[in-house]
Amino acid sequence: MTPHILTRSLDRSATVFLVVVAGLGVLIPLSNLLLPSGSALQVPTYLVALFGKYACYAILALSIDLIWGYCGILSLGHGAFFALGGYAMGMYLMRQIGSRGVYGNPILPDFMVFLNYPALPWYWHGFDMFWFAALMVVLVPGLLAFCFGWLAFRSRVTGVYLSIITQAMTYALLLAFFRNDFGFGGNNGLTDFKDILGFNVQADGTRAALFALSCLALIVAFLICRAVVTSKLGKVLIAIRDAESRTRFLGYRVESYKLFVFTLSACMAGVAGALYVPQVGIINPSEYAPGNSIEAVIWVAVGGRGTLVGAALGAVVVNYAKTYFTSGPLAPYWLFMLGALFILVTLLLPKGIVGTFNAWRESRKATEKANAESAALEDGVGEPKPAE
Amino acid sequence: MSVMEGRTTSALLYLDGVHVSFDGFHAINNLSLTLEPGEMRAIIGPNGAGKTTMMDIITGKTKPDEGTVLFDGMIDLTRLDETHIAELGIGRKFQKPTVFESQTIEDNLLLALNVDHSVKGTLFWRGSRDESERIDRVLETIRLTDARNRLAGSLSHGQKQWLEIGMLLAQDPKLLLVDEPVAGMTDVETHQTAELLKEINKEKTVMVVEHDMTFVRELGVKVTCLHEGTVLAEGTIDQVSSNERVIEVYLGR
Repeated sequence: MTPHILTRSLDRSATVFLVVVAGLGVLIPLSNLLLPSGSALQVPTYLVALFGKYACYAILALSIDLIWGYCGILSLGHGAFFALGGYAMGMYLMRQIGSRGVYGNPILPDFMVFLNYPALPWYWHGFDMFWFAALMVVLVPGLLAFCFGWLAFRSRVTGVYLSIITQAMTYALLLAFFRNDFGFGGNNGLTDFKDILGFNVQADGTRAALFALSCLALIVAFLICRAVVTSKLGKVLIAIRDAESRTRFLGYRVESYKLFVFTLSACMAGVAGALYVPQVGIINPSEYAPGNSIEAVIWVAVGGRGTLVGAALGAVVVNYAKTYFTSGPLAPYWLFMLGALFILVTLLLPKGIVGTFNAWRESRKATEKANAESAALEDGVGEPKPAE
Repeated sequence: MSVMEGRTTSALLYLDGVHVSFDGFHAINNLSLTLEPGEMRAIIGPNGAGKTTMMDIITGKTKPDEGTVLFDGMIDLTRLDETHIAELGIGRKFQKPTVFESQTIEDNLLLALNVDHSVKGTLFWRGSRDESERIDRVLETIRLTDARNRLAGSLSHGQKQWLEIGMLLAQDPKLLLVDEPVAGMTDVETHQTAELLKEINKEKTVMVVEHDMTFVRELGVKVTCLHEGTVLAEGTIDQVSSNERVIEVYLGR
């Protein structure tokens, strides 16, 4: 069955995407580590971390495209799942600091000492073990998405109403995580990380490895998404997106399909967040800001929803633009530019970059075919072409 | 819960004393109607007579305020949802043709096949010879074999109506509810659709809602005329169309 799914799910653009990501995942770390620093081809470490961040954003974009592009569920709160995965990883990294913190407490992270916590809260137990944290990275966002989706989809909350309650969900989490007594470091979040699995998070080698791992995760996430959307389940998802009640009258339990794909998507977003945190070195409540989730939806719209490759591309392109413009004199205007970008894409490129490219390629193929046919007709019959 | 103690009627579909009101408007008023297995029934009536609402009740989209709706003599449809009712073997064609426009005709039929509809079943689905043969047969019946790989959105209005009937066939239901199948069709297409429905009726029970009296006459089956949510007249097309009340409220003089 596995080879069947693999061969079925790989068309040309998917193959190109995988080769490019795998190539970058290998070449960038090699260039960073092996070439002498200062050489023209050497990728500096700060760029490795930046690209690693882009790869995580690309995974988040894939997870949004899976539910929005293929099933029509517009989640404006997907940043919450990303942040939950990030917090789970951050908790592991905090526990790894041990007695090297400012207050030197071997058990309690610095912020707990500062806030006079008598002991470690129960939900912090187990996070000193990597496997446990890794499990929570997938499980916590997955469980929240499952409960949220179970209630929302069973009550047939759809369209803009669903989008609004996803916004409310991430906003509620934002407010909760801001509280000092919630036990996640309040406003400052979790930071000052030292080690991950015994390796220094600041070291070049660790950063290169994290980047390579992010690329690997992107590849795996992409393959999972492709396997889902090219299966018959993928056809059902598109059917739900295009005509939900029709699908129901055919005997499909629409809410189960939505729940499955929403939960899967949340797990992927959690993994993206977990890889993101050690590379940026901090996780704080601002990751839950509703604006972040909306921005992620814009990446998908720009790249082309319902294309997967486009979602990943959109995440990289928009974030590169963000990096470029926010580090120059145009920085104060970035949000206006983002808004304008969204409006322009909606008006002029409703299918996004990849969707428009695909449509153009298809229409060219159709014209070529028509030309070839009419040429063959002319050659064969020799009839004069009707005047046009 | 939804299965009664034993069969209470021989009818495949049994409606008795059904009432539905929306905000005080009585859409269905003491409606009683039975459909025997293998029967084809044409439903006529003016706009707002409750024809579509009746189909909504049968397929679980609308819950009646009172009354009995039984399928196969013992299954209480008022307690079930759309998915469950579809799985029991009641297929529906909508008034406005509703096909999956961004998918191919073949995929539309594949989605309609009455095979495993669970998440797991579709995720690990692999086509079988039997399934593709069934799709081929339906394509032939609805005369869309040559268009199988085209997107459903590119079909003409009449072809979409046919594709939707084809989807009903692929669903292989016991009872087909067909809402206005010839709306917007040419005379030739209308004639072909009547032939198609008669062919389908050889194996299945069919309920057709239609305004086109020529088409209803061509079907040559028992006719029920609805008015203000209740049955006004029932009988052959000649009996119904000569009924004074039917002429008054629907056919016109």
